[in-house]
Amino acid sequence: MLFGKQILSAVADNAAIKGRSQWQDSLGRFKRNKAALVSLFILLLMIAVAFISPYFAVWDYETIDWGLLGNAATQGAPQIENGHYFGVDDLGRDIFARTMQGTQISLMVGLVGTIVAVLVGVTFGATAGYIGGRIDNIMMRFVDILISIPYMFILIILFVMFGRSIYILFIGLGLFSWMEMARIVRGQTLALKHKEFVEAAVASGVSDAKIILRHIIPNLLGIVVVYTSLLVPQLILLESFISFLGLGIQEPLTSWGALISDGAATMQYGTLWQIGFPLGFFIVGLFCFFFIGDGLRDAFDPKDR
Amino acid sequence: MFSFIVRRLLSAIPTLLILIIISFALMRMAPGNPFTAEQMPPPEVIANLEAKYGLDQPWPVQLWRYLEGIIFHFDFGPSFKYKDQTVNDIIAQGFPVTLTYGIWAFIVAVGVGLSLGITAAVKQNTVFDYFAVGISIGAQVLPNFVMAPILVLIFTLWLEWLPGGGWNGGQWQYVIMPVIALSTSFMASIARIARSSMLEVLNSNFIRTAKAKGLPMRNIIFRHALKPALLPVISYLGPTFVTMITGSVIVDMYFSTGGMGQFFVDAALNRDYSLLMGVTIVMGVMTILFNAVVDILYAWLDPKIRL
Repeated sequence: MLFGKQILSAVADNAAIKGRSQWQDSLGRFKRNKAALVSLFILLLMIAVAFISPYFAVWDYETIDWGLLGNAATQGAPQIENGHYFGVDDLGRDIFARTMQGTQISLMVGLVGTIVAVLVGVTFGATAGYIGGRIDNIMMRFVDILISIPYMFILIILFVMFGRSIYILFIGLGLFSWMEMARIVRGQTLALKHKEFVEAAVASGVSDAKIILRHIIPNLLGIVVVYTSLLVPQLILLESFISFLGLGIQEPLTSWGALISDGAATMQYGTLWQIGFPLGFFIVGLFCFFFIGDGLRDAFDPKDR
Repeated sequence: MFSFIVRRLLSAIPTLLILIIISFALMRMAPGNPFTAEQMPPPEVIANLEAKYGLDQPWPVQLWRYLEGIIFHFDFGPSFKYKDQTVNDIIAQGFPVTLTYGIWAFIVAVGVGLSLGITAAVKQNTVFDYFAVGISIGAQVLPNFVMAPILVLIFTLWLEWLPGGGWNGGQWQYVIMPVIALSTSFMASIARIARSSMLEVLNSNFIRTAKAKGLPMRNIIFRHALKPALLPVISYLGPTFVTMITGSVIVDMYFSTGGMGQFFVDAALNRDYSLLMGVTIVMGVMTILFNAVVDILYAWLDPKIRL
């Protein structure tokens, strides 16, 4: 219990009654969400294993175990003794190493696509929303048009044109990932633009660019974080889709989609470990992303529960 | 309302043109040409071929001819790889197949998803609700390319109930797995959206009024709650349709159903530019038109949109 004097002294030395920022609030809500916390833990564990274990594994992702080549169905099952913890594929390559490699690629696809989406989408959306008027109209019509193009087809055409490399994959995903972000950010910017603190900045003669950077974007970050967490699994799904078709990532590199595709092609010979382990990583990984995304949305937007 | 429909349909035209121009430009930027092969024919032959297909013209002329062909004759030109077939023939062959299982998948996704979501909302916090929520969370991580092998593993390899691929004129045994594979993840999303929007509507004041008046629950749900609760679901139908169209590529590849997706991937691997473009444009037209229909439907349900 604080009495009058204590409150006064606390206010005086500015310590006891410290305002809580929106971020602290959100963080607190996120921490109370068990599913999201567990997912975050599993995901971090998965990332750590995927990036660290290749340094300790017996086999790497492209070396063929000649003794098992062609004998995957009979001798390639998972075992500890020969170092193939997840078994081998029909070419005698180690599934454990390949799954780790695929996990790395899939996570990186999510990361790179998201960085582009955040950089381009936020800048584009904030600019359109802040400037408003005719320029806003033109910019958003542009996004409307691009967004209604079935981009998967264009992406596949890009692969055909420029060859299948991981860079084209990143560029292609980046080209299409920012539009939804731009729309959301623009909507939020429109709402922020007429708040008093922005008007105060305008009145005191701050330049437009600086207002966008200092006042608009920091206030957009909450919604950007939430949308980003929903975007990552979408991008991973997209990449897996293309790789499943055999049009995405190129051998010997691999990704979740490519591994599932390989496994699906050989499962009729009974080599279920070849589809099972990558599929397990894929499903667990996506689940984690979805739960974290839900948790973040609840944390940043408490009225939407 | 009429002027809204006209405006919305007109606004689809620039999108279509840009789609055609982008894919056309990409094709022309491509290294190599469709006649590149292991054994190169003599240059005179290539020149003749290029003249035959109009590839020796400057590209604005090519673009114009192409547009003209599509708009006035509905002609997508010859296929570069399947010598005896035009792109039209190939599309005419694949399109009905894609349409058949596509429509079924759409009906299943929307029908099952909606009934699951709405029932779950009405019976909130019962066993059925938990069951529905569980299914819709689980099915989120089962996109078509994961469902397809799982279904084949269970129903073809283990139970031996259904054929693992083929089309056979659309017999039900051949349609059922493509439809399930394509619809599962959308059913889940639709169920989630329907459940949360129905919950929101059921907690609103006008529903409380209806309950206070003593209306039977059935009337409240179907007469009053359903229409506003459908709005978020309808705005999700556009993206669903796009992703389903793309998903048909997986279905065609995995189940060898012979739809447009199969030709698309073949064309992509063979660098058959005119076929690639033809399929892209047909898929794009369907997407854009469907988006327009969804917008119109939305405006009809929610007059506030019609501004």
